[in-house]
Amino acid sequence: MADATAGQTVTACNAPGGFSRLARLTGVNWRGALAVVAFVLGWELLVRFKALGFAAVPGPLESLTAFWATYASKASYWESWFASFRRVVAGFVLAQLLGIPLGLFLGTRERLRELMFPVLELMRPIPPIAWVPLSILFWPTHELSIIFITFIGAFFIIVINVHDGVRTIKQEHLWLARSLGAGEAMIFRRIVLPSVLPAISVGMTLGIAVTWNVVIAAEMIAGDNGLGRLTWEGYVSHTSTVVIIGMVSIGFAGYLSSALVSWLLHKLTPWRA
Amino acid sequence: MNDVLHQGALSIRQAGKIYDPAGAAVVALEDCSAEIRAGEFVAIVGPSGCGKSTLLNAIAGFDRLTSGEILLDGVTLASPGTEPRPGPQRVVVFQHGALFPWMTVLENVIYGPTRQRVLGADAARAKALDMLRRCGGLDTAGQRYPGQLSSGMQRRVEIVRALMNEPKVLLLDEPFRAMDTVSKSAMHRHLLDIHALYPKTVLFITHDLEEALFLADTVYVMTTRPGRMKTMLRVNLARPRTLDMLVSHEYLELKRQVVAGVHEEAQKAFERGERELA
Repeated sequence: MADATAGQTVTACNAPGGFSRLARLTGVNWRGALAVVAFVLGWELLVRFKALGFAAVPGPLESLTAFWATYASKASYWESWFASFRRVVAGFVLAQLLGIPLGLFLGTRERLRELMFPVLELMRPIPPIAWVPLSILFWPTHELSIIFITFIGAFFIIVINVHDGVRTIKQEHLWLARSLGAGEAMIFRRIVLPSVLPAISVGMTLGIAVTWNVVIAAEMIAGDNGLGRLTWEGYVSHTSTVVIIGMVSIGFAGYLSSALVSWLLHKLTPWRA
Repeated sequence: MNDVLHQGALSIRQAGKIYDPAGAAVVALEDCSAEIRAGEFVAIVGPSGCGKSTLLNAIAGFDRLTSGEILLDGVTLASPGTEPRPGPQRVVVFQHGALFPWMTVLENVIYGPTRQRVLGADAARAKALDMLRRCGGLDTAGQRYPGQLSSGMQRRVEIVRALMNEPKVLLLDEPFRAMDTVSKSAMHRHLLDIHALYPKTVLFITHDLEEALFLADTVYVMTTRPGRMKTMLRVNLARPRTLDMLVSHEYLELKRQVVAGVHEEAQKAFERGERELA
């Protein structure tokens, strides 16, 4: 009853725009597409009419032209993509490989939790970027220090999420598994791990976004290449179109990695439709 | 068949449980006794927090008693000196449902027998599909995930998952509590049918007296904390139970006998709740 009423209200609200019907028919988010077009158009207009502060900002058309003319076919541009992606993948994967087991241990072993949790809670609030100086001092190459900082960005997030996930496993599930004859190893594999997968999902989804944040900042400070470096070089060499190309590229790169992670997680948790 | 019927006699003798986590001893269960015959459908009625679930957890092997003992077919299940051990002879169906959401219906149902290596995967699947079909045509839902089923279907699948282990006792912990009246009534029909098909000892915990009288052979009314058996009532309504029995003279007479007692305990529990909050 309540559902039916809610359904009607939603339809009534959407009817005037007609976007919902169009979206249903075509499978495209037309409202979102329109917003992107409006944003680009607004930006172009602000630049054309030299709105306050926009004097030095290149417009989207100018940036796109520069992109097609020079960057799309330039090897160094795509090498920037590759360099940043490699760092993100390395830092992110490493964070999962170490963070997931640590989170599981912390969630299941009370003594280990008592021992390690205060240290983690003290380190967690330190922004990954604050690790840059120490990281450069510690690691022999800049490449390793950037990967390390990226790792830090995703590591604490996954540890905390997995830890919380373990501690919210339903007691009934554990009891029932025992009633049905499962031993400890089997309970871990068939009950604990799948119970924690949703928490791992959250940790990974948040982690991949933070990883891009961190890698770009680290590249601007300490990198020789990568999309962050590209953007920064655009600024120091007064080629402002490169700044825009860099920023938009980072946006696409981040979006692509998030989509990849969410596709992977969807495959891992088919029961969460 | 006869053999099955003669398994599952449950003897609860002066069972007691004191929770003492912070020095403030809470007596959940005290001097609680009941003799339950094999194959009997027993309902335990009591107000919230009366120790019904404590009793059930002790039988299921999730928790230890602090006094008394519980025997299943003469074997001690729970006592102060017995290490709690859950097992497939006594499986619980919980109030909020506890199907494993990451397993399909079929995987859930065959989990017990395959884990215990009682059946191979193929035999377990065949048995599961057969049982699911008998319990209201659930076999068609075998490949779906629990989250895709209605709560009524989930609960029935859960009962089938328990029955797959050939348990001696089926423990139902307020399984229909969160349901609306219509679904609840449909579930009563299903449960009665399932019990007729697989006549196991059933311990059905509820706070709903009408439900208890409609389903059970014997109804125990529990006192509010500390939980004890206050009244025992044999329900001599014929089986199969039908809806018109709910307005029959016999049913109303039974209800008349215990309703005041149930209300009295509910009132006590309520007033204590008020006091604890004040």
